[in-house]
Amino acid sequence: MSASPDTAPPSGPAARMTLDGHALRVSGALRIDTVDRMATAQVPDMSGVREIDITALSHVDTAGAWFVLDLQRRAGAAATLRGASPAQAQLIETIRQNMPPDEATVERRAPFGDLLESLGRTSASYARTAVDMTGFLGQVIATLAVLVLRPRRLRLISLVHHMHEVGVRAVPIVALMAFLIGVVLAFQGAAQLRQFGAEVFVVDLISISILRELGILLTAIIVAGRSASAFAAAIGSMKMREEIDAMRTLGLDPISVLVVPRVLALILMLPVLGFLADLAGLIGGGLMSWIELGISPAVFQSRLLSGADVWHYAIGLIKAPFFAVIIGITGCYQGMQVEGNADSLGRMTSASVVLAIFLVIVADAVFSIFFAVLGV
Amino acid sequence: MMDGPDQKPETVIRVRDLVTRFGTHTVHEGLDLDVRRGEIIGVVGGSGTGKSVLLRAIVGLLTPQEGRIEVLGQDVGRTTEDEYRRLRRRWGVMFQDGALFSSLTVQGNVEAPMREQTGLSPELRRTLADIKVRMVGLPDSAHAKYPAELSGGMRKRAGFARAIALDPEIVFLDEPTAGLDPIGAAAFDTLIRQLQAALGLTVFLVTHDLDSLHAICDRIAVLAERRVLAVGTMSEMLDIDHPWVREYFHGPRARAVAPSGQAKD
Repeated sequence: MSASPDTAPPSGPAARMTLDGHALRVSGALRIDTVDRMATAQVPDMSGVREIDITALSHVDTAGAWFVLDLQRRAGAAATLRGASPAQAQLIETIRQNMPPDEATVERRAPFGDLLESLGRTSASYARTAVDMTGFLGQVIATLAVLVLRPRRLRLISLVHHMHEVGVRAVPIVALMAFLIGVVLAFQGAAQLRQFGAEVFVVDLISISILRELGILLTAIIVAGRSASAFAAAIGSMKMREEIDAMRTLGLDPISVLVVPRVLALILMLPVLGFLADLAGLIGGGLMSWIELGISPAVFQSRLLSGADVWHYAIGLIKAPFFAVIIGITGCYQGMQVEGNADSLGRMTSASVVLAIFLVIVADAVFSIFFAVLGV
Repeated sequence: MMDGPDQKPETVIRVRDLVTRFGTHTVHEGLDLDVRRGEIIGVVGGSGTGKSVLLRAIVGLLTPQEGRIEVLGQDVGRTTEDEYRRLRRRWGVMFQDGALFSSLTVQGNVEAPMREQTGLSPELRRTLADIKVRMVGLPDSAHAKYPAELSGGMRKRAGFARAIALDPEIVFLDEPTAGLDPIGAAAFDTLIRQLQAALGLTVFLVTHDLDSLHAICDRIAVLAERRVLAVGTMSEMLDIDHPWVREYFHGPRARAVAPSGQAKD
């Protein structure tokens, strides 16, 4: 929205300046709307001015008072101000006391230096986040270890609630997503493999890629989007309203009350979701193979059993608890980083999703290398 | 303030027969209030008597069910979009916790109304915002800070600086001293008084703070029983024989702050 002249309040006659020998007379109304034009266009040569007469000034606001003081500054120290009404004099005096320092004292910033500084700060903050998150992970593991020794301290109701939230409620979206991925794989694979008359290998393609990689990876990504953000927002808003501090004063450990049930629920539910995703993916792929390539379910099943080693399935699900820990820790950690304002809540919530997905993919790459080296 | 000394004080806010309701809950019923130019009027009342609601109705943030509100001679409820925009420039509002824009620095917050409402050059805007931030007594280090980095008192000062950014004629302050320590609250009172005198402001002050009422208010309006029960100076308030008003101005906390000789008990 830009300023338009009609937003100005009704004002008196526009201000005018007349130079009369050594005296500069300012008359009319000096307001915030007119000062800028005056300052740029109408100021005469001030070098000879000894006196600024504002007797005829009908109205003056803060900007006007600044303008008068600026005129006086330009005229030099010898120039005097004359004819101010008591109210005007008081205003001008108030402004005089609050004039900002001259431009010279304002710190000039170097663009390149700023860039370098922000690069350094960003790198340092990532390093700090990495260290902090590792520390947070350690705290959670320590709390979990205590729970193993004293299982009665586990908050069962909270755990079940979160298992329902992150697990059961995610089933439809995860299953649908995996089913469609199976369909896509069968469709794309069929188009390529048909060229070689090797349609039946589409079963191997589907089973190995879904069981080993895609089933669990895509499940983890969806869960990261759903649950990491939910954890960060829930814990973050509690942090914002000082509920976390209140817990500490009541002797409740936020890690064991808030974080452990969430992380544990994910560790328990992500493999189940991964299993369901595998199932849905195979069904989708099988269905598409049947429609597109005429591979009957019976053929698909026998091919699946002979072609896909159980290790493919196992490798997929071995990764699930690790992904679960990554998602849970990232979500809860980012929630804990929320400060006192809504702005940081939003920032941390979106950061939790991005970071969780990124870390899940990094971990998946590490697992791929690891299993390749092991030869399984 | 710019009026001659002999002129009868001009009424800048005139509220007549105001009725506001939320569902079946009536907040105001037949409320009348006059605010004169150049005064500091303190609006007091128990929690839930609609002090903030009255403020919001006057500045046009909510539409009353019935009644007439005139600000600077214009009926707020019947202005055109254009008239309302012009009128809005002539008042400034400070909300309870400053209501600063969290994505802007203090300097940016004070510049925001100037950027939206005037065609000032960036340099002049910066200078004027700089002056305003200094006028409310914020240290130089606060200019580049974001609201989240400020203390409650500093946020209120920054909110005040934004409210007076365009040199309004009327300033509405919603509980400016709530949540401040007594020293900070007293300093804020002084600030209101100083700027009111320097800028010729009319101040509409919603408050709970008896110290503020004593220290800076020219007149006090008491909201109770869904209307303005009484308007007058502090000494007139002390003479009013109404249970709530008596309790408020003669209660133990009032006795503690009343200057000696004023509390009559």
